[in-house]
Amino acid sequence: MAIDRRDFLKFSAGATLLAHPVLSFAKARTRGRVVVIGGGYAGATAAKYLRMWSEGTIEVVVIEPNQHFISCPLSNLVLGGSKHIGELMFAYDQLKSQHGIQWVRDEVTAIDSQTRTVKMTRGQLSYDRLIVAPGVDFIYDQLPTLQGIDAQIAVPHAWKAGPQTVNLQKQLMAMADNGVFVISVPKAPYRCPPGPYERISQVAFYLKQHKPKAKIIALDANPEITSKKGLFTKAWADLYPGMIDYRPNSSLVDVDIATRTVKTEFETVKADVLNVIPPQRAGKPAQMAGVVNIDKRWCEVDFLTYESKVAPNIHIVGDAVSAALPKSAHMATSQARICASAIVCAMNGQPIDPSPVFANTCYSYVTDKMAMHVAHVYRYDAAKRVMVAAEGGGVSDKPSEQEGDYAQYWAKNIWSDVLT
Amino acid sequence: MQKHDMTWMLLISLMAFGSANAEDDAIHIRTLAASCAACHGTNGNSVGGTPVLAGLDQGHFTSQMLAFRSGERASTVMHRHAKGLTPAEIEQLAHYFAAQPRTAAITPTPVE
Ligand code: HEC
Repeated sequence: MAIDRRDFLKFSAGATLLAHPVLSFAKARTRGRVVVIGGGYAGATAAKYLRMWSEGTIEVVVIEPNQHFISCPLSNLVLGGSKHIGELMFAYDQLKSQHGIQWVRDEVTAIDSQTRTVKMTRGQLSYDRLIVAPGVDFIYDQLPTLQGIDAQIAVPHAWKAGPQTVNLQKQLMAMADNGVFVISVPKAPYRCPPGPYERISQVAFYLKQHKPKAKIIALDANPEITSKKGLFTKAWADLYPGMIDYRPNSSLVDVDIATRTVKTEFETVKADVLNVIPPQRAGKPAQMAGVVNIDKRWCEVDFLTYESKVAPNIHIVGDAVSAALPKSAHMATSQARICASAIVCAMNGQPIDPSPVFANTCYSYVTDKMAMHVAHVYRYDAAKRVMVAAEGGGVSDKPSEQEGDYAQYWAKNIWSDVLT
Repeated sequence: MQKHDMTWMLLISLMAFGSANAEDDAIHIRTLAASCAACHGTNGNSVGGTPVLAGLDQGHFTSQMLAFRSGERASTVMHRHAKGLTPAEIEQLAHYFAAQPRTAAITPTPVE
């Protein structure tokens, strides 16, 4: 093969940090610079493990617009009333200082893959490799009335945890005792497959205690519950009999914000509190990088490196990846580590792992205390070139308080792993 | 062929032809072991609720994983993870976690 081995040892050449008002990093002698866009589960994990596994020889800069990390996992418990949003919010300080990660609080405005430059509102950065971990962006093409901040305050999505979650919680608290909560679930794939059904359970848990005459109507664009179907169906019948009206094959065609009324192909439904989870695609930075090549929604990657199939030196991890894999937080961290490991190998001139394997688990709460899991080990299939679920995976037999405890321990451990 | 493809292909072929096996396994195991961190903490240093894997006796580790696989040891979730791994991976994970130093638990402070 014509490539010189030194070629991939040359990554550090030409890495200059261009002017950024908040940046004054001395150019360290490193094997190269990786810029990570996004400080969520995927991006923060990639940054930490790049520093750890390169033993500090790769310079890592994270670009993240938000001041705090806010966990989507467990945020449905805020609606149920057993968690406060502040318990899910963390500073990035420990992550930055423990691992020597450089941090820019800014928004990406453009990505030039030719010159390997990321532009932000207040400056620009050059990279040897770019990791895009942008999470999801909402698609409003089919529901134009929902576009705009005022509309989303009246009809929250609450699918990115934070003020939206608190907004929805407040609306539920203010709802009439015999009110109707309507939730719209988009067609898969979307972030967190069991999430909408966990939300329905948590809202039912809240209503059962505080407004037992209230009703829930779930309009699901999918033909059936997309994850843990048997478990949710049974939990709803056992715990919340008569409260949840689940309607499959119900895609929204129109939303009237003022009256909180929605139309599907079959019917018109009026809500007192309306929660529309919009269809999703790879977040904006992925669109700017030109790596959203599947259905104009998701990013096709090489599962050995998470490098884009269409743009060299740009890697994508987390929910934005096109894969038959659940878009979960644990999955995002696993992908991020495979990507980080491959980049460390490349910059060290070491062989990469030709057959990655990782675990994934996702817990869902059906009350304040009872949870259930879906868990699989995923193994790389060299013939199909994708990650495939191994034998032995599956879901809990039933929700339990013991798994409710383990779900809290999962959160504690994953937060510690991602943020310290 | 694009240049970046060739770079990765070279890395993979280095893998296939004559590179040190222990080193390859180490790369495979570090990412697999790190995927246990969501429940068992970074490098097996659990910050609470789940067993600490760092510094665990290799024999104990392997016997527990095999017991989760066979169902001999009841578990809430570990049987799912143990069954998806090969016996060689379980051995290598046992070796990996035994070698990890135990560190004090660090939990991020909520902003609240
Ligand atoms: C979803 C959370 C979760 C993940 C992921 C997970 N574990 Fe566990 N692990 C547990 C729990 C919970 C227990 C206690 C047994 C049970 O209820 O399943 C446990 C117990 C164990 C034990 C027994 C320790 C002892 O001393 O008794 C070992 C060994 C272990 N896990 C290894 C692993 C390895 C290796 C991985 C990664 C491949 C892994 N675990 C991934 C949750 C997890």
